[in-house]
Order: sequence, then structure tokens, then C-alpha cells
Amino acid sequence: MASILAVDDSGSMRQMVSFTLKSAGYDVIEAVDGNDALSKAKSSKVDLVVTDVNMPNKDGISLIKDLRDLPDYKFTPMLMLTTESGMDKKQLGKAAGATGWIVKPFNPDQLLKTVKKVLG
Amino acid sequence: MSVDLAQFHQVFFEESFEGLEIMETGLLELDQGDVDSEQINTIFRAAHSIKGGSGTFGFTEVSDFTHVMETLLDEMRDGRRQVTQDVVNVLLRSVDCLREMLTAIQDENPIDLDRVKADQDALNVILGGEFSAVVESDADKGQSESVDQPVENESGSLAGWHVVFSPHPNLMQVGNEPIRIFREFAELGELEITVDDHGLPSFHDLVPEELHLSWDMTIKGLIDRTDIDDIFDWVEDDCDFAVRSLDEQNAAKSIPAVEKPAEPVSGNTVAASAEIPSKPEAKKPPAKKPSGTKAASKKSNTGSIRVETDKIDTLINMVGELVITQSMLGLIGENFEVNKLEQLQSGLAQLEHHTRELQESVMNIRMLPVSFIFSRFPRLVHDLSTKLNKKIELKLSGETTEVDKSVIEMISDPLVHLIRNSLDHGLEGPEERIQAGKPETGIVHLNAFHRGGSIVIEVSDDGRGLNAEKLREKAVERELIEEDEILSDKQAYELIMMPGFSTAEVVSDVSGRGVGMDVVRRNIQSLGGGIEIKSELGKGSVFSVNLPLTLAILEGQSIVVGDEVYIVPLISIIESISLHEEMIDNVAGNGETFKLRGEYLPIVRMHEIFSIPNPKVEDLSGGLLVVVEAQGVRFGLLVDDLLGQHQVVIKSLETNYKRVDGISGATIMGDGSVALIVDIPGLMTLSTQFNTNKSAA
Repeated sequence: MASILAVDDSGSMRQMVSFTLKSAGYDVIEAVDGNDALSKAKSSKVDLVVTDVNMPNKDGISLIKDLRDLPDYKFTPMLMLTTESGMDKKQLGKAAGATGWIVKPFNPDQLLKTVKKVLG
Repeated sequence: MSVDLAQFHQVFFEESFEGLEIMETGLLELDQGDVDSEQINTIFRAAHSIKGGSGTFGFTEVSDFTHVMETLLDEMRDGRRQVTQDVVNVLLRSVDCLREMLTAIQDENPIDLDRVKADQDALNVILGGEFSAVVESDADKGQSESVDQPVENESGSLAGWHVVFSPHPNLMQVGNEPIRIFREFAELGELEITVDDHGLPSFHDLVPEELHLSWDMTIKGLIDRTDIDDIFDWVEDDCDFAVRSLDEQNAAKSIPAVEKPAEPVSGNTVAASAEIPSKPEAKKPPAKKPSGTKAASKKSNTGSIRVETDKIDTLINMVGELVITQSMLGLIGENFEVNKLEQLQSGLAQLEHHTRELQESVMNIRMLPVSFIFSRFPRLVHDLSTKLNKKIELKLSGETTEVDKSVIEMISDPLVHLIRNSLDHGLEGPEERIQAGKPETGIVHLNAFHRGGSIVIEVSDDGRGLNAEKLREKAVERELIEEDEILSDKQAYELIMMPGFSTAEVVSDVSGRGVGMDVVRRNIQSLGGGIEIKSELGKGSVFSVNLPLTLAILEGQSIVVGDEVYIVPLISIIESISLHEEMIDNVAGNGETFKLRGEYLPIVRMHEIFSIPNPKVEDLSGGLLVVVEAQGVRFGLLVDDLLGQHQVVIKSLETNYKRVDGISGATIMGDGSVALIVDIPGLMTLSTQFNTNKSAA
């Protein structure tokens, strides 16, 4: 089964994302911020990155940018979790190499649908 | 599938309250004129997280409210909004409001919507000017866009849609795949796809990472146009696509812009996406302007360990068992008389060592830095000094000093009271301070440190200090002491902790009527701690609170009365003495007393109070006395024998049996028997009652 890196500094959101994806059978690696995610992504290749945008110690957009520069992650889908008001973030995210986004608030079903869509 | 979101609520609440604290601390720093965008960014991020979480978990009131706060913070962050005292105050109130909302939701109480509305209105009043500006730009943008926005009523097509999809060569390099798009189309309805490979370069020039194909899709069925736009949502800038309704009539009417149907064109250019705005959502101008600061916080992450107290309690119980096993082995070892005795004992020593280590590490899980409570105080001091019209600076030190979680929870209220007391009674107003030759701003200093097995928290101020003479007069006036009673200064200070004592001429709503200090002392004593006052007239006062580091394990002295073994907390014991005939002195009344270094102390016979049969010692002369102190009063406890000193794991009597006066809990001894832990202050009360009953009878 595909492996997914779930990045969020908010424990509740991270747990929700992680639990939802695990329940659907994906392997989930959790990271608490961009730096954590980057080192975890380097140590084991994942098939999808789902990241929050606003985070301390490297935000989601810098994370996507950094990951995209790694040969292993050149084509890896990366989704950002962003709020509706964060339109500018979407554009910045796209410019950094994000595949797409999931708009907060979202429910587990929406998350899963989007992830399935990306991973096939 | 359905995921029960409720399971994440607890974590959400915890981190939200943490976020509120971060916001509050940050706002208070702003309040002191320390405006830096990173600080505001930290506050913003906390608000943003709460908004995101509350939206996801369905607390719309909270997310709506936070949204307004966030808008204001965003303006502050970008420098569009001046940071003023007013703005900070409104935001602080909003933090309070959010806290109340979250608490209400957590406790399943209704939210005080009036309060929320009032605070939200206050935020909107501040935002007012900016709002109109946004509305204006909205209108502008809307107008200009409506020109090149050909389709307003293209909501759906009965027959279906014709879509030409022509990705840019780099589409796959952001992780998107044409196949995903096809898959999504296939979900909408019956799909026909033809590929156009005209754009494909010669094999020699082919770069495998680039896309040069385009596709022509026909999808049939009653499909909403927005569903199609949604599919292209992520890739609208990475491809060209043209959408035309198959429903000819509808198409002719509603999509005038697509006069010439987008036909497969050679090369990469298909009907330019500019002609057909693909995403209605994108037409709206951003609600907020792009933010300038994106840098991650430089401040270290104030991460915290969250371990369920229940789990830890279980762990502590396990450790307790281990301690018991070790004691048991110790007993066996003592009576073991073979040549392997030495080995066994060294093994036992090791076991003891490990036990202790394990115990310590487990206890450490529960240890929290006092900053958990200290962090509340800047706000308290800020609010109170405004209320009291005093200039006060709060200094904190030793915030990293760790103490057991149970102590943390219990000590917060007494500390709040001590600080209020210092602010209200201790520190003078600016004028009085200048007159006294002191700096205008008074200082309250909170300091924590470890001393032996306890934590000491000092609340000191550089205020007017306690006037022993005045306190004495007051106490006489209130008939708390006799007129001719001689008190040392230290004893006089302690008068303020007597029930019904207040020196403030005007009773203020800040620190109340003096009932508080009495309660403070009682609460601290109930935790097995004490409070000490030092003061110098005109210079200030220091209130030192001394508390055990944990409430789960206790250093105790085991004593024997009759056939029973009791544990007396070591912290209450002053000394143990053997009584001599000449020390016994039964003065007035029916109480037995003994003389210790010129002081007469009452004797309490344990067997009488607890009705223990067959005491070995009834004759006071030659009896063993354990001298204990509770609430500043000393007395001698008559016991049969002293056993050893141990660390005992406290088991609650209430949970296992019921509350018993004079007993604070129970523990299991090395031989498996149960020993009760004596509650010294409770025992003193019992003894007084016992003597009163005896004299009445």
C-alpha cells in the first residue's frame, strides 16, 4: 500500500489525517513541522505528501519547494491543507511545486477522496 | 467510511488552549511596545491553527470568531494596522472569549452567544475601516472581471461536455498526472477520449519527463460545470483547456466566448484558457492581501509531553508494586541464613537501586515546569495593575523548575491569591512610591527553585512591607489575640493568614476581605507544604511557599501502636524523644503536656484517639514521643515503638474505602500488610474534639 507523509503542527489535525488514512489502509508517517517532514522524507521515500501550510520551523510551502528539489520527489504528488482564505497560499504553493490542495475545513471522507484521486 | 471526529476533540482542545496561551503571551509582549512581525506571526499562527481545527471538527462558532481575529492579526502582521493598546486589549478580550467558548464546548455547555457577539462586534469595529476598503476593491475587481467573464448561467448541461485538455510540458513535474484527470472525468459520466499526438517531438528530441500530448474528451450526462472546473482546479495554470457544452442550444446561449469550438490543434496551444475562465472561485479577489511574512518562527517550539494521567497513575501503581516486592525480598533476605546471603543481599541492593531509578524516571514523566502556571501571571498582573492604577512589573525566574503535575494543579490558585495580595496590599501606587523615594514602577518577583525534596516558590514585592505593630493592633481589635499576648514579628506576620483578618482599610474586589490568605495557607498545608512570610517595613515582603515535589510518594516514619502500624509523614516530624518523669507536667485543664526546651507541648495518645486496643505503653514516663508540627502548632504523639523510615506509595482511602478523619491515606508495607498514613493536622483536630468530649463527660 502506498505510503503517505502527513505533516501538521497541530496534533489534532495530524491525528485526524493520520487516522483517516491509516483506516483506509495507507502507511502513514507523521511529521510535526517542515524540518521534521524533510528529514523523514529523506530517510524513507513516500508516495504522497499531505502538509499543512502554516507551521513553525519551515512552513508547508518551503517544505514542498525543498522536497521538489530532491530527485526522489520530482514527481511525487504533494497536497497542501489550506484554508479557504488562503488563496494566495495556493498560488505560492503551486509555484513551489504543490500538486494540489485540500481546503480546510474538510472531513475525513473528503480527504480520503482526494488522496484516492491522486494515488489512484 | 466514517471516522468519528470526536476522538480528536480532546487533543484539539488541549492544543487550542495552548494556542490561546501563546496568543496571550504574545499579545502581552506587544502590549509592552515590543512589536516585531515575527511575534505577530506567532500569534497569527496560533489563531490560524484554532480556526483550522475548529472548522474541521465542526465548531463553527469558534472558527467564525477566530476568522475575524485572524483578519485583524493579518493586517497587523503586514503592517497595515498599527499596533495600539486598544487593539491589543480587544484581542486579549477575544482570547478570553475564545477560551470561554472552547471551555463551554468542552463541557458541553451552551456558548454565551451574547458575549461572543459583543466581542466579535468589538473586533469588527476595529476592522471597520479596512472592511469598507476591501468591499471597494471587491467591487472594482468584480466589474473588471465581469467583462471577460462570459458565462454566468452555465451551471449545467443536459447532454454533457466537450473538453479539450492540453497540458503544458511541465505538468507532471508538480506531481500531477493526466491519468488522474481522466479518472475523475470517468467518475462523472460516460467518457470518450481521443489522444492528439501532433505535439510529440521526434524520438531524438523527446524528454521523457515532459508531456507533449493533448486530449479530446467527450463526457455525457447531466454534469455540473463546476464539477469539471473542480477537476482542473489544481492544474489550471499548468495546462490549457477548453470546455464546451454538448447541449447545443444551451451552449450557444451561455458560452458566447467559445464561438469557434476548441478543436484539436496541432502543437501545444489550444483555445487559451484566458478566454474561458475555468474556475468561478478564482474570479473572486483574494479576501486578504498576500502576506509579507512567511518566515518560520525563530522561537523554539514550546513542545509539551502529553501523557494521559490515568496511564501514568497505572505506571506509578506498578512502580509501587515493585517497591513492595523489593521490600518483601528485603525481609526474606534479613532472615536468610545460608552462605549465599551476601550474594542475595548484593542482588537486593541492585534491585533496590533499579527500583529507585525506575521510580524516579516514572515520576519524571509527571514532572512539569512551573512555567505552566507562571505563564498565566503576566496577564493577571497586566489586568490588575490597570484596575488598581498602579505601575507594576512582573519578574519571573526559575520557570523551568519542575514539580509534579498534581502539585501544579493545586498550587495555581494559592499563587494567584498571593500575587493579588502583593499587588493590592503590598505595592504602593506611583505617587506613594515616589514619595518614599522608590522607582515609580513596583516589582513583583516570582521565583521557583528546588530545595531538598521540595519546591519553593517565592512571591516577593518591593512594596510597603508588613507593619508588625499595626498587625498586632488589628488582631487585638478583632479579638484574634489577647491584648497582652507577646508576638515575635514573624508570628505577627502570620496573623494575616488567620480567618477574618484584613488590614486593607478599603475592601477591594481584587484580593477580597482577607478570607483568602487563610484559605491559601490551608490549601498549601493540605498539600503537605507550608508558607513563610518575611518582610521589612518600607522595603517589601516575601511569601515563600514550600511544597513537596510529588503527592504520590511520601517519605514516612512507621510507628507501632498496639498491633497496628501507622505511617507518619517525615515532613511533619520534628524529632522523636523518650519521655522522662520530670518532663511531664500536667498544667491547667485536663490536657497532658510535656516540657521541651522550655516550651509546653500537648501530648496526644494515639491509642486513645484511634481507639486502638492493647497499647504497650500507657505510662507516660519512659514512653516514646514523636514530636510533630501542624499549622505552626507542635505536639507530642505517644507511640509504642518506632520502626524504620520508608518511601511509601500513597493509596487513596476514599477510592478504596471511605474518608476517615485523622487518616490521609494508606500504603502497603513490605510484608504485604496495610498501614494507614496519619494526617497530622487532622489528628490535632481530632485530639481537640476528644479532649472537649472528655471534659464534657
